[in-house]
Amino acid sequence: MNEQQSLWEFMRQQSDKLAEQTLQHIGLTFISLFIAVLIGLPLGVFISRRKQFSGGVLGVAGVLQTIPSIALLGFMIPVLGIGPKPAITALLLYALLPIIRNTYTGITGVDAAVKEAAVAMGMSKWQVLFKVELPLAMPVIFAGIRTATVITVGVATLASYIAAGGLGEFIFGGISLNNTNMILAGAIPAAMLAILFDFLLSRLQKLDSKKLKMAAIALPVILILLSSFYLIPKTYATKLKAGFTPEFMGRQDGNLGLQSKYGLHINTVVISDAVMYKAAYQKQLDVISGYSTDGRLKAYGLLVLEDDKKIFPPYYAAPIVREDALQRYPDLENTLNLLAGKINDSTMTALNYQTDYLHQTPERVAKFFLTQNKLFRPARNGNAGIIRIGSKIFGEQYILANMYSMLIKGYTDYDVSTKTGLGGTKICFDALTNNQIDFYPEYTGTGLLTILNPPAKEVAALTLNKDATYRYVADGFDKKYQVKWLKPIGFNNTYALMMRAEQAQKLNIKTISNLKRYLDSK
Amino acid sequence: MIRVQHLSKHFCNVKAVDDISFEVKEHENLILLGTSGCGKTTTLKMLNRLIEADSGEIAINGKSIKGQSPEALRIGIGYVLQNNGLFPHYTVAQNIAIVPQLLKWDKKKIENRTAELLEKLHLSVDYLKAYPPELSGGQQQRVGLARALAADPAVLLMDEPFAALDNVTRSKIHAEFKALDELKRKTIIMVTHDVQEAFELGDRICLMDKGRIVQDGTPAELLFKPKNDFVKEFLKEQRLLLEFKTITVKSLWHLLSNEEIKGMGPGILVDYKVDLWTVLERATFFNAERLNMMNLENKEMKTVSFESLTAAFYQYKKQQAHE
Ligand SMILES: Nc1ncnc2c1ncn2[C@@H]1O[C@H](COP(=O)(O)OP(=O)(O)O)[C@@H](O)[C@H]1O
Ligand SMILES: [Mg+2]
Repeated sequence: MNEQQSLWEFMRQQSDKLAEQTLQHIGLTFISLFIAVLIGLPLGVFISRRKQFSGGVLGVAGVLQTIPSIALLGFMIPVLGIGPKPAITALLLYALLPIIRNTYTGITGVDAAVKEAAVAMGMSKWQVLFKVELPLAMPVIFAGIRTATVITVGVATLASYIAAGGLGEFIFGGISLNNTNMILAGAIPAAMLAILFDFLLSRLQKLDSKKLKMAAIALPVILILLSSFYLIPKTYATKLKAGFTPEFMGRQDGNLGLQSKYGLHINTVVISDAVMYKAAYQKQLDVISGYSTDGRLKAYGLLVLEDDKKIFPPYYAAPIVREDALQRYPDLENTLNLLAGKINDSTMTALNYQTDYLHQTPERVAKFFLTQNKLFRPARNGNAGIIRIGSKIFGEQYILANMYSMLIKGYTDYDVSTKTGLGGTKICFDALTNNQIDFYPEYTGTGLLTILNPPAKEVAALTLNKDATYRYVADGFDKKYQVKWLKPIGFNNTYALMMRAEQAQKLNIKTISNLKRYLDSK
Repeated sequence: MIRVQHLSKHFCNVKAVDDISFEVKEHENLILLGTSGCGKTTTLKMLNRLIEADSGEIAINGKSIKGQSPEALRIGIGYVLQNNGLFPHYTVAQNIAIVPQLLKWDKKKIENRTAELLEKLHLSVDYLKAYPPELSGGQQQRVGLARALAADPAVLLMDEPFAALDNVTRSKIHAEFKALDELKRKTIIMVTHDVQEAFELGDRICLMDKGRIVQDGTPAELLFKPKNDFVKEFLKEQRLLLEFKTITVKSLWHLLSNEEIKGMGPGILVDYKVDLWTVLERATFFNAERLNMMNLENKEMKTVSFESLTAAFYQYKKQQAHE
């Protein structure tokens, strides 16, 4: 992504997707809103009649609203799975409070003398409700619906986490791809929708009572109409259903590559990494994008499909070390290389499984592994200098950092200080070049694409071969940063397509080409 | 027409209405009078079942009010509240049409009736399309009255209908109220805490205290035959005024004799049915020396001076007290 693209160009290029996401967003917002009104309005009326329930109902709705949106979506998944159902449910739960509360406030706020006059003239309960209370409460109720709309437009961006679409796909895709245009292409329309709906409803609120009556009739019709946007069918349906992260969707070494290199066209939803694996396990998705050493692979019985056309660049892990540190601490290189070639993909997956899924400490997992492989030696408590180890902020890196720490303490007289959890690549690498740490485990693909970032053509050629990639980054880091790539540890933590092992076996799919063949077969 | 027997109502441990009984005859105007909190509103609201009585019987035209649905009962009873309770989202015309519409009158009939009421209540037709908040307090109260009268109910319940109005507007409306022929055909129960209003508008007054009726009688009975000290005390402050307003020339007729009055001052002609207060007011206004009283039935005329009228008044009072 070298070439600078203007936001406008991006939006034009992606106009199909943009339109689809916008319509989905509107649809999602208004389906939720519509159902929220259907539930909230009667509930508000009910608690205005039975005041003893008002505290409870408003309390529950209030608590619902304080649950962080992501958590609420998370709670929905075990019950409702992924896709529109949980998203709409979560959104409508958010929209409920302002609607219930304002209905209640509006109705209880109607002048008691007016209500009494209505009853005294012989109106029935329902006549009082529909001819007096609701019309007089309408401005307040509209204000509630307005608040709910703005909330819903905002929270609906999170629907993309659970494969329900909407403008969140661009926003979160853009964030993980560090693509500002993409973020803005999602965020600007979302903000404009919020402003537009707020404005329209504010106009509605200002109408006089006669027009308001018409608006009250028109509103459900408009709501249903807007809701139906969401029901516009997806462009194609296939035998299998895929769920990809927003990041994967936008990458050449992701979905774009799958389409161009493999010609793979699969019915795809966008979903967050946090729920994707489980959704595959629960058979709501068949194919997902993931990382090849993720512990959840093992936890959920998933199988990585072989990337036979090599669209995913190699991400082989190896320690990268400041060259001045190697000179100052002569025993360091050999010690770090003790781990070289010792951990393959499935071993790393198993180790990750122990920390991420079984919640064992990285330290315990590291020690257990070293002991099993007869690499562990008790600490020598030497004081020949302090090696500073860094790591990024995820489990696998913690495990590796712990292993290196134990090896250094056991095999040399150096002591160790660790700076783990250094955010992403950029923070970690900056710490290294600024001499705040001496080494950390890095991946060849990251070194190539994120740090060296050569022209696209060169990348394409390099990534076909893992050794070429390694040689290129080793050379580049040495010349540019005086940082040395030590020997690779053995595993390749790259993007991967994965399926449930048992389904892949049944369908006889081992590679991505197999998958394409299966999808194309009638 | 309306018969209330042993009516009681408690709120928690407050006896709001405590075993009261009274009757209202057809076309009579009964006033429930008393200080704030004595149970007037509660009594009134039990009549159209806005409040359900704990015990007791209410019958209208001999039929218990519990014999029909509350809605059906209320449709047949006009109700006017202190704060008018007009629907702010309805125009004046729509407000007046509420009960006729509940009764499913046709459009033409509603329009005619609305126009008729507006005229009787001295409201311009320009207001038909106005919303209540655009009207003055007096106009709102008139619309409230029109709304209660719209379907021509036989019974009218009024809860402090004029209390929120300023004095000038109130006395104007009082005068209109007394003159309105529509109201002469109604059986009215009106609640007020204003003694003057009660005496001015009521055929009969129930003076209430702490949920009970202390005395039930005509204004003259309350004035001249108070049942106890409470009644006396209640009327003490405005006693003279009330007496002047209650006693008519007719009731003094036998105590008056025709006189020869010297002097050049002007005279006024007075219908002997009016009260002394009105005579006084007019005499003062015209600076009159001769009061020409006319018995309209037999055209008998008595000319009296101011002094002899006053003397007759005191004599009358003395007689009343000894009766
Ligand atoms: N809904 C109610 N709940 C509790 N107490 C009430 C209620 N309505 C009236 N009361 C009490 O009953 C008594 C009579 O009230 P009310 O009939 O309104 O008096 P009035 O109309 O003569 O001023 C008062 O003490 C009042 O506080
Ligand atoms: Mg009252």
